[in-house]
Amino acid sequence: MATITLNDLRKSYGTTEVLHGVQAEIADGEFVVIVGPSGCGKSTLLRMIAGLEKVSEGEIRIGDRIVNKLEPAQRDIAMVFQNYALYPHMSVRRNMAYGLKIRGLPKAEINRRVEEAADILEIGDYLDRKPRQLSGGQRQRVAMGRAIVRDPQVFLFDEPLSNLDAKLRVQMRLEIRKLQKRLGVTSIYVTHDQVEAMTLGDRLMVLNGGYAEQFGTPIELYERPQTVFVAGFIGSPAMNFLPATMAAGTITLENGTRLPGAAGEGALTLGLRPEHLVNDADGPIRLRVALSEQLGANTLVHGTLEGTDSALVVSLDGVRAVTEGDVLSLSIPQDAMHQFDPATGRRLN
Amino acid sequence: MLKRVHFPASILPYLLVAPQVIITLVFFIWPASQALWQSMLVQDAFGLSTQFVWFENFQALLADPLYLASFKRTAFFSVAVALLSMSYALVLAGFADRVVRGAMTYRTLLIWPYAVAPVLAGALWVFMFNPTLGILSYGLELVGYDWNHKVNGGQAMALVIMAAAWKQVAYNFLFYLAAMQSIPRSVVEAAAIDGAGPMKRFWTIIFPLISPTTFFLLVINAVYAFFDTFGIIHAITQGGPSNATTILVYKVFNDGFVGLDLGSSAAQSVILMVLVIAMTVVQFKFIERKVEY
Repeated sequence: MATITLNDLRKSYGTTEVLHGVQAEIADGEFVVIVGPSGCGKSTLLRMIAGLEKVSEGEIRIGDRIVNKLEPAQRDIAMVFQNYALYPHMSVRRNMAYGLKIRGLPKAEINRRVEEAADILEIGDYLDRKPRQLSGGQRQRVAMGRAIVRDPQVFLFDEPLSNLDAKLRVQMRLEIRKLQKRLGVTSIYVTHDQVEAMTLGDRLMVLNGGYAEQFGTPIELYERPQTVFVAGFIGSPAMNFLPATMAAGTITLENGTRLPGAAGEGALTLGLRPEHLVNDADGPIRLRVALSEQLGANTLVHGTLEGTDSALVVSLDGVRAVTEGDVLSLSIPQDAMHQFDPATGRRLN
Repeated sequence: MLKRVHFPASILPYLLVAPQVIITLVFFIWPASQALWQSMLVQDAFGLSTQFVWFENFQALLADPLYLASFKRTAFFSVAVALLSMSYALVLAGFADRVVRGAMTYRTLLIWPYAVAPVLAGALWVFMFNPTLGILSYGLELVGYDWNHKVNGGQAMALVIMAAAWKQVAYNFLFYLAAMQSIPRSVVEAAAIDGAGPMKRFWTIIFPLISPTTFFLLVINAVYAFFDTFGIIHAITQGGPSNATTILVYKVFNDGFVGLDLGSSAAQSVILMVLVIAMTVVQFKFIERKVEY
């Protein structure tokens, strides 16, 4: 068990900097998810913590040790890879025992730990099979088994569920969460899937273009996104962004619609979550319908803000009959309006 | 109903395969059948009369201590060449696989020796180890070792083994490097995280995973040592001193073209032919199935 501290962590390839000073304090036993689009540097960040990539600048601390210069083996970590990285020539049992054997544990202890991990993960029946004789989900479990038998200070997960089908992914997601709570090992999990991130993490770090945009609990990120990027990335369907101007406590949309707002002056980007907009005959926001998607539990209505080309999506409860060309009147509570600076993308309210 | 398509009869396909068939007939089937026929004939010393003797040539060979000694020598030679060149190639490939900067340069340089003709490779080693002029034999003399492969049979054998192995290193290197690069990086990284150092990773992960390549190369190298080393031996030792480096393929040449015992030479080449067929069968049987891991 250990805390992890990342202090102004930077990574450059030649003259190109790909991580621009990441800062984080991760508590003992915490489950942190690093989420972002592909190419944002999230895997690089994880590999730096694992010791598979060199640190260009900054400091990584695991517990009270600075591990920058330590080999992966000396960092007391375990990692689950996207393609599982099982040793193809070894049985499941030997795959799991490999790290323990290298550490020189006595045979009886190795067997005990492997059996125990196999019990937890319900892979006891396949211990003598080779990885190629297993299905994707079983391989995934073996990869996790290999991590937990080591009893490390830190678990690192590099998109471990992305090779599984949708149903299995949901199931494994829950199992990883349960397992992490049970073992209480500090974990860092990398994914590009925001649903996975929201459901798994105690806290989320949203990474974009090598910058940590925001680091907080899933609900903080959902309720008070600090940047336009985080606001658009977290939540499904994605948040609507409308250009607007603000003067004397009133927000004016492109088509002249006026909404009450907090104090401030000048141009702004107004963020409205589709699920916070409600159908209201007196509502000020008017949506011209282009298309509707019936999902049963709710209805997604796609269209534009009347009189403009700005796309607007609303999620209405239950089954609603709407047709193309209709105009819906919508309202939104003032505390669900997110105001961003259009130049910097930072939150204003 | 499906109509079967009929192509008009044409000689074009026959013309297209003809060159290959003719080459095989002229350069393989015909000489092989000639050798087979010749191996059952005995000629007198002046080449005036020929007698058909069935398998007497083979009987004489198998009773000949010189031939049996050559057999053993060949076995030793090919095992030594295969082991030396494969282990050296393995080490080189292991390092080349880890190199990041200048990897292409290393690879290109390491592949070059493969383009050197066997006789030239032999000449190169002869010059280096020439007892009176060679730079390496001079160096050995400085440290108190007397090198003269022209009189010392063991040294002569060592020299042809080195030369033959060196020639084959490039080929083995190429295959080993390709095999190592086909191992997913994450598997090796997982071993690193599991606590295995570079040597441990090599022996427990990389080496077992390239075992199919090792087996393939073992067969290829044995065949190479058996049949393709004539040029090297001819350039370095001509089979001497006192037959110390006369391996089977060299003896075929020596007995046939120098000793003019055509019947015995042909019988020896038939035995070699059977050996190479056997090795090819082994190769197909096991390599096509891949080594299980």
